[in-house]
Amino acid sequence: MEDILKIEHLHKAFDGFTVLEDVNLTVKKGEVTVVIGPSGCGKSTFLRCINGLEDIQDGRVLLHDEVINPNKKDLRSTHEKIGMVFQSYDLFPHKTIIDNVALAPIKVQKRKKEDVYKEASELLDRVGLLAKKDSFPRQLSGGQKQRVAIVRALIMHPEILLFDEVTAALDPEMVREVLEVILSLAKEGRTMLIVTHEMDFAKAVADRILFMDGGHIVEEGSPEEFFENTKTDRAKRFLDSFKYK
Amino acid sequence: MNTEAIVSYLPLYKEAFVLTIKIGWLGIALAFAIGIVSAFILYFNIPVLSKVIKAYVELFRNTPLLVQLFFIYFGLPKMGIDISSQVCGCLGLGLLGGSYMAETFRSGLCAIANTQIESATALGMSKSQIFIHIILPQAFTISITALIANVIFLLKETSVFSAISLMDLMFTAKDLIGLYYNTTECLLLLVLFYILMLLPVSFLGNLIEKKVRFGIFGD
Repeated sequence: MEDILKIEHLHKAFDGFTVLEDVNLTVKKGEVTVVIGPSGCGKSTFLRCINGLEDIQDGRVLLHDEVINPNKKDLRSTHEKIGMVFQSYDLFPHKTIIDNVALAPIKVQKRKKEDVYKEASELLDRVGLLAKKDSFPRQLSGGQKQRVAIVRALIMHPEILLFDEVTAALDPEMVREVLEVILSLAKEGRTMLIVTHEMDFAKAVADRILFMDGGHIVEEGSPEEFFENTKTDRAKRFLDSFKYK
Repeated sequence: MNTEAIVSYLPLYKEAFVLTIKIGWLGIALAFAIGIVSAFILYFNIPVLSKVIKAYVELFRNTPLLVQLFFIYFGLPKMGIDISSQVCGCLGLGLLGGSYMAETFRSGLCAIANTQIESATALGMSKSQIFIHIILPQAFTISITALIANVIFLLKETSVFSAISLMDLMFTAKDLIGLYYNTTECLLLLVLFYILMLLPVSFLGNLIEKKVRFGIFGD
């Protein structure tokens, strides 16, 4: 499979405080990569660097061999190709659900309105929210909002999807409905980079696990390798923290 | 109560009412224009201009309209600029209102969370698209209550126009009291005409507020 995304020697610092140091990663088409690690280890910053929401101090991010970060000014075409879903959904509160979904394809990609609304309806139907298309975000539960946010990213036909702790703000019983949507996307063969704290989900969805700590990728492997035969002590300790004995 | 006097004063009040509304709303329109432009300059922190706007806002928010009107009405002619009392009223109200509107709009713009801008950026929207489709509509919704309050406040401020010999409601009432000593009747008419001027604004304002706020706030 061809490489979609390549990250080379990525270095990111906030006001001299290093957050990411020499991070390297290659993502192949159709691959689901899950990034886990303790809070503050740089996972979210890593995702944000990939689609240019953060500037970087060294290294580069390539999408199909085209450099997109370091710090290119106009990232609009990049943003179309890289979809991102955030922890806090960030739907546009003044727009109805279907308008939330249809806004970017119409304004950014200049697609025909009727086509966009048709596809938006189909996608909303797929995540079970067609009935809510004329509601406002405030009228939806957290899980529903997050499913809309996923649809809003999908309709742009991105080549890769980034998920930044998309279930972290949800009530436990709403986590499943969101994760199932992501799981079904994985089965479709979509390329995804997922940051999560849901270990069981990581196990189920990942082709590859990256464990980050202190701004480095500390361990990397298939889910079986990583969860059954954890190599590093740091990762072992991290995984133990999820167990109650 | 002298009803005969009331009836005979009515045409004068009506005339003053029309004039007050005319100057009042023209001034408010000017205030909106100044306020929006000023808020944009402050929000985007445009060099030099934003300093000028800040000084303007502080100057006009911290001085009474009456004083501002005196400066415009008696000051400008001394600099060789002739100005009618009607233009002076409009300008004064516009400048005072502009300083209030600027801060109201700006607070609305600043209330939009950065995550809104980020999620729109992640969808590939340009800065101007984000401003037009994401920031502006939400900022307007957030500021609408304060904007309507400003409009009502400014309409009431027209009552100092009498000081620059504009024949507004207050001027007419004072004039008639001075001439005929029917104080009760004149003041009653004054109150009634102010209510007639402001009640519809309040009512309409509530309707607009309800409609505009429905999407985001639902109340």
